[in-house]
Amino acid sequence: MAEALLATESLVKQFGGLCATDRVSLEVARGEVHALIGPNGAGKTTLVGQVTGAIRPDSGRMFFQGRDITALPAHRRAHLGLARSFQISSIFLDMTALDNVALAVQIHQGHSFRLWRNARADQSLRAPARATLDQVGLAARADVMAAELSHGEQRQLEIAMALASAPKLLLLDEPMAGMGPNESQRMIELLRSLKGKVTILLVEHDMDAVFALADRITVMVQGRIVASGQPSEIRANEEVRRAYLGDAGSPR
Amino acid sequence: MRALPWIGLAALAAAPFSGLGNYPLHLLIQVLLWGFVYTGWSIMGRLGMVSFGHAAFVGLGVYAVGLAVHHGVSDGFVHLGLVVALSAFAAFVIGAVCVRTSGLYFIMITLAFAQFLYFVGVGLKQYGGDDGLTFRGRSDFAAWLDLADAVTFYYFVWAILAAVLFVVYRFVQSRFGMALRGIRSNEQRIQGLGLPVFRYRLAAFVISGVICGIAGALLANLTQFVSPAYLHWTRSGDLLVMVIMGGFASVFGPVLGAALLLVLEELLSSYTEHWQLLLGPILILVVLFAKQGLMSALPPAGLQFKIRGHG
Repeated sequence: MAEALLATESLVKQFGGLCATDRVSLEVARGEVHALIGPNGAGKTTLVGQVTGAIRPDSGRMFFQGRDITALPAHRRAHLGLARSFQISSIFLDMTALDNVALAVQIHQGHSFRLWRNARADQSLRAPARATLDQVGLAARADVMAAELSHGEQRQLEIAMALASAPKLLLLDEPMAGMGPNESQRMIELLRSLKGKVTILLVEHDMDAVFALADRITVMVQGRIVASGQPSEIRANEEVRRAYLGDAGSPR
Repeated sequence: MRALPWIGLAALAAAPFSGLGNYPLHLLIQVLLWGFVYTGWSIMGRLGMVSFGHAAFVGLGVYAVGLAVHHGVSDGFVHLGLVVALSAFAAFVIGAVCVRTSGLYFIMITLAFAQFLYFVGVGLKQYGGDDGLTFRGRSDFAAWLDLADAVTFYYFVWAILAAVLFVVYRFVQSRFGMALRGIRSNEQRIQGLGLPVFRYRLAAFVISGVICGIAGALLANLTQFVSPAYLHWTRSGDLLVMVIMGGFASVFGPVLGAALLLVLEELLSSYTEHWQLLLGPILILVVLFAKQGLMSALPPAGLQFKIRGHG
C-alpha cells in the first residue's frame, strides 16, 4: 500500500511463554486516526513499544514511510517523525511545563551539543514551545512545575511534547487513562483539532473517545488482530462484540 | 543573593592579602584543589551518577605532569595538552563501559577501573612503585609565572578554578545542560523524544574526567610527588564525604563542600586527635537534615542558581 505511513509485518514478541504480539500486521494510512483497541493484556502497549523501538521484536519487520525501521534504535525513529506518549504520564516532573516542551523542541532540532548559550533565553526554543503549549491549551500554565499540574494537564503536556517534534505519526498510549469526564472531553477536543494535521495511532479503552475520533479501528485480542475496519464495521462485527466490546462496552 | 558565590570567589582571591601565614594559605590551596576535583565529579553527580572512581583521573593528571618533569619536559603547555589528552582518552574508554550502567553498578564499575589504575601505578617500579617518586620542578608556563611561590601558585589555581566554574555555570544552563537534566529527570522520556542518551552521558563523563585531570596536574605542581596513593579508592571516598557537605545541585557546592570539610577537619583536629569521632556524627546530621548538601540549607534564590524560565 503506497499511502501507508506505518506498516508492520508479522511482528512477534514473546515474553516467556506468553505471546504478546502474535504475527501482527498493521497498516496506518497517512492522515488517519487509527484506533487500536482490545482488552487488557491484548498486546497493544507491546505493539506500540515495538513500533517506537523500545522493545525489539523476536521476528517480523516494520516500515515507516516505506523505509525498513526494524533495526533502528528508538532515538533515530523519533527523528524520522515517530512520537509517542506513554500510558503513565512520562514528563520531566522537576521542570516547568515550558521547559518540558522547550527540551522536546531542542531535541527535535538536534542541536543539543551546545555548551555555552543559555538555553532558557533561546527564542528558537522558547517561541515554538510556547506556541505548542498554546495549541494544547496549557499556555497559562507555562511556568508551573510539571509535578504541580493536574493529571489531565500532565497528559496535555505530554501531547505537547510529542507535538513539539512535528511528528508524522503520533502514538498515543491511552491518553485518556485516569481522566475524569471533563478532562476526557477536553482531550477528545484536542485530538480532534489535530485530526488531518498529524497521523495518529490511538490506543484507548474509552470507547466514546475511540468512536468519536477514529477513522479506522483495529481490534487486538490475546496478541492477535481479530478485526480491522471502519468504526461502523467494527461496531457491527459479532466476533468483536463477543470478544471484547460486550454489552457494557457497546458503543452508542 | 545571586551574586553571593561570586563574592565568595572574590573573597578567596583576597585571602593572601589578609596577612595569612603560610599554613592557612596551604589549607586554602587544598580547598581550591579539592573544590576543583569535586567540580569535575559533580558533572556526573548532576546526572544522578555517583562515581567512586574519579581519583583515577586526578591520579592520571598527577602522573602525567610528574613523569613529564621527571623526564625533563617542563613546558606547562605541553603538560596541559598531555593531561587533557590523557584524561580525555581514559575517560572516553572507561566511560564507554561505565555509563551504560547506573546506580550501584556504576559505583562499583568506576571503583573497579580506578583500582585497576591504582595497581598499574603500584606496578610502575621504575617510578618508585608503591612508594612513589619525588620530582624536582614544576609546570613552566612563562618566566613571570613562578609556581614555586605559594601566593603565585594560589592565584594560578584560583584563576583556573574560577574559569572552570564559570564554564560549568554556563554549561549547566546551555542546551547540553538541559539535555543532561532531562536524562536525569526521565531517561525513558528523553529517549522517546529522540536523544541518544549514551552519547550525552559519555560526553559528560569525558568533561568530568578532564576537569579532574587538570586538578591532578595542579596537585602535582603543589606536591612534586607522584604516587599510586593519588589513585587509591580512599581518595574517591574523601571526595564523597565532601559531596555529603556540598551536594551536587549547584555550581558552587563543590567549593563550599571542600571548604567546610577541610576547615572542619582542621578545627576538630586542633581539639583532639580523635577528631574523626566528632566528624562522623556531624556528617550524619548533615545527611539527615540537609539531604542535598549544605548548599540547599541556604536561600535557594541565591546560591543554588535555580534559574527560572525567562524566555
